[in-house]
Amino acid sequence: MTFVIASAEWGGEFEGSLDPIGSLFNFPAIIELSLFDVDLSINRTILIAWLMTLALAALFFFAFRDAQVVPGKLQSLAEMTIDFVRQIALDIIGPKGLKFVPVLTTFFVFILFMNVAKITPFLMLPPTGLIAWPMFLAGIAWLIYVGVGIKTQGLVGYFKELAFPPGVPKALYIILTPIELVSGLILRPFTLMVRLFANMVAGHILVAITLVTAHVFLPSFPVGWSLGVIAVAISPLVFAFELLIIGLQAYIFTMLTAVYISSSVEPAH
Amino acid sequence: MTGSLNVLGYGLATLGPGIGLGILIGKAVESMARQPEAAGMVRTTMFIGIAVVEALALLAFVLAFAV
Repeated sequence: MTFVIASAEWGGEFEGSLDPIGSLFNFPAIIELSLFDVDLSINRTILIAWLMTLALAALFFFAFRDAQVVPGKLQSLAEMTIDFVRQIALDIIGPKGLKFVPVLTTFFVFILFMNVAKITPFLMLPPTGLIAWPMFLAGIAWLIYVGVGIKTQGLVGYFKELAFPPGVPKALYIILTPIELVSGLILRPFTLMVRLFANMVAGHILVAITLVTAHVFLPSFPVGWSLGVIAVAISPLVFAFELLIIGLQAYIFTMLTAVYISSSVEPAH
Repeated sequence: MTGSLNVLGYGLATLGPGIGLGILIGKAVESMARQPEAAGMVRTTMFIGIAVVEALALLAFVLAFAV
């Protein structure tokens, strides 16, 4: 990182350059664990994920522990979240979508909380910025929409529908079938995964660069000081922008899963 | 001068999705202004379109760090 090298010259704290981008995401293991040669070490990411999951569970537990007809503050917050996802499901899937509200809500709040760790003080690291988490979530989404498709249309019917979309001249199937199969079975979960992952990585790098710039340049008073002041001044904007991205990514993941489920539930005729 | 050519590739790869997003969102805003009662439907469809167009730029972003 050129910024950091420049700061070392002007008396900043950092000597030399930082490691490649992976050093922002990979942390040494706190507790070494392995099972059958599989690395199960507990590191910072896992701890953050546990903490956010606990916070999420506690929030919903206390919101619905003593549910009232006239909801209190916490309960109405949780109800608003569920109602929001329910509206997505109803808009996109239709009345059949009510069955999928629980799983879509789980996706939404889980991704939201994992992402919020990016701008939570003292945590400042989104677990979804590591490829394993988006991959796992996209894998579940894939299992759900393929499973629902097979359940409603039958094994043969679903893949026939997927590979040979109706209303197309026969000769076009030579080109269309491979494209449809690749896009329906591989590209959909892949883009779900990459979208969340890339947004979180980019956001984390943005936040890290802003804060490192402030941290490094502020102490070096006469020379690089103004750069540090600029970094401090724009950091609220960066955080607000990241908050927007966080919500948007959770929303888009939920919505696209709903779109894929709807294509399985009601095939295009 | 040292650096990675991947970054240049990423810059080039954002051009297409950039134009696409501009057209897509512009048209969506246009139709929302014309028919405010259809805004909810247009917004949902717009986000689906954005998700598809954005995928190209995101792939480029990931590939900029790969290799």
